[in-house]
Amino acid sequence: MKRTWTLDKIFGLYTLAFLGVTTLIGLAEYLLGLPPKWIGWIFMALSIGIYVVIGIITRTSEADQYYVAGRRVPALYNGMATGSDWMSAASFISMAGALSAQGFSGLAYVMGWTGGYLLLAVFLGPYLRQFGAYTIPDFLDARYGGNIPRIVGVVAAIACSFTYLIAQVTGVGLIVARFIGLDFNIGVFVGLLGVLFCSVLGGMRSVTWTQVAQYIILIISYLVPVVYLSWSIFSIPLPELTYGQLLQSNNARAIEVTRDAKEKETRALWKKDADDIDAKLKAADVPEDEAEKLKAQRALALRQATAPAASDEATIGRYLTVPTGVGIWNFLALTFCLMVGTAGLPHILTRYYTTPSVREARTSVAWSLFFIFLLYFTAPAYAAFARFAIYARLVGTQIAELPRWVTLWAPAGLFEVVDRNGDGIVQWADFVIKSTDFVVLATPEIAGLPFVITGLVMAGGLAAALSTADGLLLTIANAFSHDLYYNVIDRTASLKKRLTITKILLIVTALVAAWVATYRLAIIVELVAWAFSLAGASFFPALVMGIWWTRTNKTGAVAGMIAGLLVTLYYMIGSRFYGVSWFGTQTIASAIFGLPVGFLVIWIVSLLTEPPPRAIQDLVTNVRYPQGDKMRAATSSAVTPTTAH
Amino acid sequence: MAELTEQQKQAYWRYNIRLTTVLLVIWFVTAYIISGLMAGWLNQFTFLGFPLGYYMAAQGSLAVFVIEIAVYARLMNGKDREYGMVEEE
Repeated sequence: MKRTWTLDKIFGLYTLAFLGVTTLIGLAEYLLGLPPKWIGWIFMALSIGIYVVIGIITRTSEADQYYVAGRRVPALYNGMATGSDWMSAASFISMAGALSAQGFSGLAYVMGWTGGYLLLAVFLGPYLRQFGAYTIPDFLDARYGGNIPRIVGVVAAIACSFTYLIAQVTGVGLIVARFIGLDFNIGVFVGLLGVLFCSVLGGMRSVTWTQVAQYIILIISYLVPVVYLSWSIFSIPLPELTYGQLLQSNNARAIEVTRDAKEKETRALWKKDADDIDAKLKAADVPEDEAEKLKAQRALALRQATAPAASDEATIGRYLTVPTGVGIWNFLALTFCLMVGTAGLPHILTRYYTTPSVREARTSVAWSLFFIFLLYFTAPAYAAFARFAIYARLVGTQIAELPRWVTLWAPAGLFEVVDRNGDGIVQWADFVIKSTDFVVLATPEIAGLPFVITGLVMAGGLAAALSTADGLLLTIANAFSHDLYYNVIDRTASLKKRLTITKILLIVTALVAAWVATYRLAIIVELVAWAFSLAGASFFPALVMGIWWTRTNKTGAVAGMIAGLLVTLYYMIGSRFYGVSWFGTQTIASAIFGLPVGFLVIWIVSLLTEPPPRAIQDLVTNVRYPQGDKMRAATSSAVTPTTAH
Repeated sequence: MAELTEQQKQAYWRYNIRLTTVLLVIWFVTAYIISGLMAGWLNQFTFLGFPLGYYMAAQGSLAVFVIEIAVYARLMNGKDREYGMVEEE
């Protein structure tokens, strides 16, 4: 209890200090005219500096500390750490924008990425804690016995973590490049320094406390702009409650805009562009790559030609239209895959090894979801406020007197303002959105907030990307060094040697991820979505069955994991590249087939083969009754890591 | 801790299974029935200015999940104490 109190004091002071420094920077901007570039530098240097200092303070070379933060992380703080471990650059920067673009269908992400925590809470978290291993492959080895389950686990863990890591590293590079003006490639390496300092010096212990610090920064920076806007428009600082009204008023404005004669003219011109491109495409012998370009242009022109409101009666348009038929199937399937994937991602699961007890693990899942909820609950509001700001402060202004933010953001290439009908006035259809990422990044400036808020948002995005990268990097390095090297190759390696190998691997993995990220592969976004399906189809069945059914044996688990992985991979690659389609399911929901196959194979193969040894069955039954570390000590022959103390 | 009798163990585990099942049913109905299949129909009602179906998928279901996990943690932790399963913390 005393310890928690000290932690409360430390992080309370830290939060106040962060708010204080932000206010000071704001004052400096207001009074002294501190230039935006400086503000960007200060925020970046400050936040990375904090992470490095935490990394140095919490450095350790004890096994328990390095792998599971000594299993002494109180539920509340583990919840915050899980929150920032979980929320990546995608949640922070892209989700709000994607929601505004996709309307109802986009809500699959919001529900999937939160509902998965219930599965984690009731099926896995507390039981994994009771088992008390270091890594997920550790659990597979202890439960099923032998190296094969461990190795399959290692392969699956690395496969889903690495793709995810590349996306985070790319996010870091983008943020640093956009705000500081550094080259993307340099930005990537600067950001990685912050990550490496923590994970290399203190493993899970450093990563945990850094993630808590990062959560505080990211949640403050996400909430401040929308809360401020909600306050200034409705005098209620709860954007989650007020944006319903905003949706209505945006809708009224959209109908007004749709009726405007100039707007109609602009849209007609875009439509004509689209038709012209169509004609060009129909003409014979357009080269392949040329045709691709034209198609993209046509899609853009068509989008600009679409009226913001379908008709006068249209309530809130496609925002609220619930898909039917194949659409609703895909919505439900994707929601399910994201939920199961959430409960199967190794870097999240290992966080529940770090609490002091099973009870704290349960409470900790509740805190985790609460902290994630704070951001996800707010995300849909962001888009409504962004749209409101554009209607209010851009549509109808003179093209010669564009607001400052338009020119400031121009180089980033997220959006463009073109005077399509040349009347000197900005119409809604003149605002060309290239990437919906602008919603979170640019809303503060669109709404006319000082640049210090933009700097804050940048620090938050960076925290989101770095914290997830931290967790992933550690998972990958541990999979190689602890699971593969120590447990499979050399059981006699000393702790010092193992930690040295982990540290070297951390640096190597980070460098490889950075190197891959510099290629800016277009497929990354898809790879990340796939990671969820892969994690869901491989880990989830083997973990759940291992905990809940004593009869599950090694052969069944291995066969199930491999079958789940293969079916999922087959459908992913088949539907993405070769036109395979089962019930019209989209490629990112591939686990909807792999997961049931995984469960079924585990069940059938286990029944067809020998039951697991008596000791293992007793162990599985005992895990049901939380008994603290005594029980783990008694069963240490089955659970390898306890021998490492 | 005192060893639990076989009977106590069974009672404890049955309680856990029952709780887990109830929570999963609520979870399924909230996420897939109310916020999925029925969302279109629910959109005719308004809540806080939102059409209800959209609201449930965007915010309502999330709140339900948070409450569910909190209830689970509270009830199970209480049950542990009732059965004297004290862990050194």
